[in-house]
Amino acid sequence: MDKLLEILSENSSFTSKELALMLGEPEDYINAQIKEYEQSGVIKGYQAIVDWEKVPDAGVTAIIELKVTPKRETGFDEIARTIMAFEEVSSMYLMAGAFDFSVMVKGASMQDVASFVARKISCVDGIKATATHFMLKTYKVGGLSLVDDEEGDGRSMVL
Amino acid sequence: MINYEDFINDKIKQVKPSGIRKFFDIAVEMDNVISLSIGEPDFQTPWHIREAGITTLEKGKTWYTPNRGFAELRSEIAKYYKRRFNVSYNSDTDVIVTVGGSEAIDLVFRTLVNEGDEVLIPEPAFVCYTPLTYMAGGTPVIIETKAENNFRLTREELLGAITEKTKLLVLPFPNNPTGAIMEREDLEAIADIIIENDLMVISDEIYGELTYGGKNHVSVAEIDGLKERTVVVSGFSKAYAMTGWRLGYALGPEPVISEITKLHQYGIMSAPTTAQYAAIEALRNGDEDVLEMRRDYDIRRRLIVGKLNEIGLTCFEPLGAFYTFPCIKSTGLTSDEFATRLVKEKRVAVVPGTAFGDSGEGFVRISYAQSLKNIKKALKRIEEFVEELKNESKG
Repeated sequence: MDKLLEILSENSSFTSKELALMLGEPEDYINAQIKEYEQSGVIKGYQAIVDWEKVPDAGVTAIIELKVTPKRETGFDEIARTIMAFEEVSSMYLMAGAFDFSVMVKGASMQDVASFVARKISCVDGIKATATHFMLKTYKVGGLSLVDDEEGDGRSMVL
Repeated sequence: MINYEDFINDKIKQVKPSGIRKFFDIAVEMDNVISLSIGEPDFQTPWHIREAGITTLEKGKTWYTPNRGFAELRSEIAKYYKRRFNVSYNSDTDVIVTVGGSEAIDLVFRTLVNEGDEVLIPEPAFVCYTPLTYMAGGTPVIIETKAENNFRLTREELLGAITEKTKLLVLPFPNNPTGAIMEREDLEAIADIIIENDLMVISDEIYGELTYGGKNHVSVAEIDGLKERTVVVSGFSKAYAMTGWRLGYALGPEPVISEITKLHQYGIMSAPTTAQYAAIEALRNGDEDVLEMRRDYDIRRRLIVGKLNEIGLTCFEPLGAFYTFPCIKSTGLTSDEFATRLVKEKRVAVVPGTAFGDSGEGFVRISYAQSLKNIKKALKRIEEFVEELKNESKG
């Protein structure tokens, strides 16, 4: 894999100067490369990885499995576009297997999410069934462990 | 009242405890410390290697192995040294599997050194050579390698240290703590001195897989006329992130290895069985893992070296192991003061160069066996620290 993308995907806070040092390339080259990735859509954006459990009143997250009837002309895409447009939806994937879409939803409370599913998602044309799973604890996200700090570094000083 | 002093061996009383420990002990008592002081990989042993160990445990393969280690493992070690470093060993006679490289080092000293023999030890170096030489009855003779030579051992330095009592030369490269390597021409430059003075060499190649900048490690045993004078000591800890498995080996001339085997037999019996099974898997299918870890170390190395130089802690480019050895003389502090204040004021643990010999004064060892995220944070703190020191001296 491209080392630049690998580093950025784990931590986007490195400056281009630092990236240039690490990869042994000129800074100009790194800047050009990043720009190219951004323009071609390989890099879609930069986000902070938040441990929401540490944020008061951060609400709840749920993963909703959807079974749908694909449309004759547009397949799954048209339904996907309708659902992803809801601001409650934070990410959405088309899946192979027992259901079709996996939709991640954020809400202020379980009640909130339940009503979003009942009143908005279920009413979308083509939805056959929904199953809502509430997230209880986050262990790892974006390649980053959210629980490691509790355990600390397991290494001992031996000499 | 028993006076235990009377019972304790006189030599062991003279051995000083390791200077690396002190800073670790300070660091564990504080919160939020980033440790760049640890000398072992932050990676976990690759899963397929762990699994190989687990499988043999499940099957109940929990007995001793042959004294020298499984024949299969010795054969893989011999193949590996041929493949990676172009040195051929007979796996039946020239190889012994030990409890880490450390046991092998101890056994070599005790097997080769007679009372009064001089052992040449280039420093800065890992802390075990001097006490182990001493315990074996030898006289440690320190050769101070220099920053201006990138901490390589030169012909002149070696010549200057040899007397008629000199028997053994320790070659600790790639070097902990400096990150220095000896390239082929550096080794060739000292080869004739070793031969003419009839010396044996113990080559500690535990970091042999970790070299950078397109430089492959060259074993001193590959140099003409030196294989028969060299005992290579290495292991699985650093290359495969297998420190806790405690597995290493020694490679050398049959007459030496067979004497070493006696000591190992009486003192240890055989190296850990599960670890030996795992090590066979490591040597057969682990090349890709080593490459991947080396690439990651290299990225960290470049970042640290670049930043340290920018901060004003000049740092020659280390080409091996996972340490940088910046000069801190510009701060006006001693190594000990620098390391103590850095951990107390900025919560970053490094090891003073003096822990690796007097010649380490003016330097600190910074390990990059630590995540990029923590390295980045630590460098920021070191930068602040150096800035504050500058302001202090102005005020």
